[in-house]
Amino acid sequence: MQFAELFIFIPGPPILSIFVWVGLIVGLLYFAREPAHRALHSFGWTIYNAFRMSARSVLLAEKRLAARNKEVLLEASRDSLERIIDREFHRVDAVVKRDLSGYPTLQRSLTDQIAQIDEDYRQSSEPSPPPPTWVNAVEAVAKIPANGDPTVVQVLDKIKVIINDQYKNTMADYRKSVSDRHAYLKRMIQYWRKMTDTLEEVGKTITGLHERSTIIDRHMAEYEEIRAGSDKSERMYRSSAMTQFVIAGFVLLIAVGGAIINFNLIALPMSEMVGGGSYIGSFKTANVAALVIILVEVAMGLYLMESLRITRLFPVIGSMDDRMRIKMVWITFTILLILASVESALAFMRDAIAADLHALRQSLVDGQGPEAVNSWIPTVGQMALGFILPFALTFVAIPLESFIQSSRTVLGTVVCACLRALAFFLHLLANLGRNFGNLMVHLYDLMIVPPLWIEKLFSARGETPEIEMEPQEDTT
Amino acid sequence: MRIIACLSLLVCLAAITTGCADTTSHAKGVYMLLDTSGTYRHELTKAQSIINYLLGTLQPGDSFGVARIDTGSFSEKDIIAKMNFDGRPSVANSQKREFKDKIDQFITTAKGSPYTDITGGILQAVEYLNETGAGEKYILIFSDLEEDLVKGYVRDIPFQMEGVQVVALNVTKLRTDNIDPREYMERLDFWKQRVEDGGGEWRVINDLERLDNILAS
Repeated sequence: MQFAELFIFIPGPPILSIFVWVGLIVGLLYFAREPAHRALHSFGWTIYNAFRMSARSVLLAEKRLAARNKEVLLEASRDSLERIIDREFHRVDAVVKRDLSGYPTLQRSLTDQIAQIDEDYRQSSEPSPPPPTWVNAVEAVAKIPANGDPTVVQVLDKIKVIINDQYKNTMADYRKSVSDRHAYLKRMIQYWRKMTDTLEEVGKTITGLHERSTIIDRHMAEYEEIRAGSDKSERMYRSSAMTQFVIAGFVLLIAVGGAIINFNLIALPMSEMVGGGSYIGSFKTANVAALVIILVEVAMGLYLMESLRITRLFPVIGSMDDRMRIKMVWITFTILLILASVESALAFMRDAIAADLHALRQSLVDGQGPEAVNSWIPTVGQMALGFILPFALTFVAIPLESFIQSSRTVLGTVVCACLRALAFFLHLLANLGRNFGNLMVHLYDLMIVPPLWIEKLFSARGETPEIEMEPQEDTT
Repeated sequence: MRIIACLSLLVCLAAITTGCADTTSHAKGVYMLLDTSGTYRHELTKAQSIINYLLGTLQPGDSFGVARIDTGSFSEKDIIAKMNFDGRPSVANSQKREFKDKIDQFITTAKGSPYTDITGGILQAVEYLNETGAGEKYILIFSDLEEDLVKGYVRDIPFQMEGVQVVALNVTKLRTDNIDPREYMERLDFWKQRVEDGGGEWRVINDLERLDNILAS
């Protein structure tokens, strides 16, 4: 007896049995409609609530992350702005020390110049001596008529001569006096000029200070906004961080290119030193050695920049006292110089090895040595490159610092965006789950259409067993 | 706390040492057998080109040996030149020049041998390559693969050549092969079977324009 025959209990064609089975199943489904609907609804709502809760958790995490990102961003911006303001104050301090420290001297100089001008002015304004009073008496005597008296004529002539002499002397004195006054006035001009120049210098200094104070005011306003945690400042610095990230990333890529060139320059000659056949792991020892040299150069560059307080990646170095810091500058610079010299020598060696290898290959191909190319340019070029690249790599520290700092913001923003997308996706799944439950309910009803139709007929008489599930949303 | 720190340090050191302790040799060992029997001796100039190519390709630290196949090839006397190239490129280049000179001299003075002991040559090659400790081992057989042994020489010895790649180069067709090509095929199959039974890999390169495939693993 086959398994299928068990279900055929009505003799004759199996279709009859099938109809009976279908009828029984539909009947059972109809009677189980209410609990089945509840189960399907519960299933849908369970999915909905689970995904919704997950989405809410993700959104909460996103909010926390966004808050932390904002905090980090504003903190970094505050730190950066503090450095800028500090630098501005240092500049103002330098201007004050340089220019205004000589203010007493300047004041003394101005006082002297003013006193000199005053003295010159006083002397130039001194009136000329009036003509002597006896001139009137002589003039009266001169008006006495001679009447042909030779004695009187003689006296009058003598008086005339005396008067003429006196006149000439007086005029000469007067001219001299005028000339002296002019000389004083002339001397005044140069004092005026000196004073004008001095005052112009003071004016320039004051203007420079004024400009600096304007800049400081602007930065202080930004600083206040950051302290207040305003959205405007957040947006501004976020955009700035994105720009910094892209630019620093681009410069780092260039630096990586330089490091690769550097690597190729010293990898071959390193095999002459450490052997070309030895390996560390699956890497050639010569390659590892060359890479280590380059990494040490980069590290030294970082320390140098840190010691010079250009970057602030290592607070320990930045907080060293000045003597120790300057020692560190010299130590790192010396190591860099030695490494650069070593690289230059390696570059020279590379050229020699490459030429030898070329000669060998040439002799293997045609049995003759290569044509001698007596050019020193490539050798010198490689040596110069080997010497310069370590110092060029030193400056990687600057974009690296920007990259690291901005990457915190950028990565935070990206993770936030991902979390938002995940939350959206979870919401979508939640809704799909809920609608799936509803769909299953409708499909269930579709399978029991005949009894439902009959029920509808009965319900027309006033009895309607309606099953309606209230959604039970999880409020957790 | 201190104990935990010490243990962490030990674990790190162990990880580093086990990670770095790569005992695999990255050097290549190449042993080339030159058939000098009969008319095949005239093909030696082609072999010279191959040797020159290999000298240009092999790196410092690699090993290279060239031996002739004659009446009894399982002998060090048949080794024309062998060299473990120094790790320093400049020294390795000098060694390659010396190697080339030896080969050039041999090519000009090589005399034909009446018999062809390929099996003996391969046994000698395996011995040499195992001694070098190379990570990649190649035996290049420059021959028509027609073995012709002197009566009394025992050569039905199974090979032991795990990890050895055998490359047959310039396997020329004999006059009899032209009459019945199955002989050529059977000859190739015979050697392939022997090599693979011994744990080696078998390849044939007849197009000498494609020398870059010789040392392709």
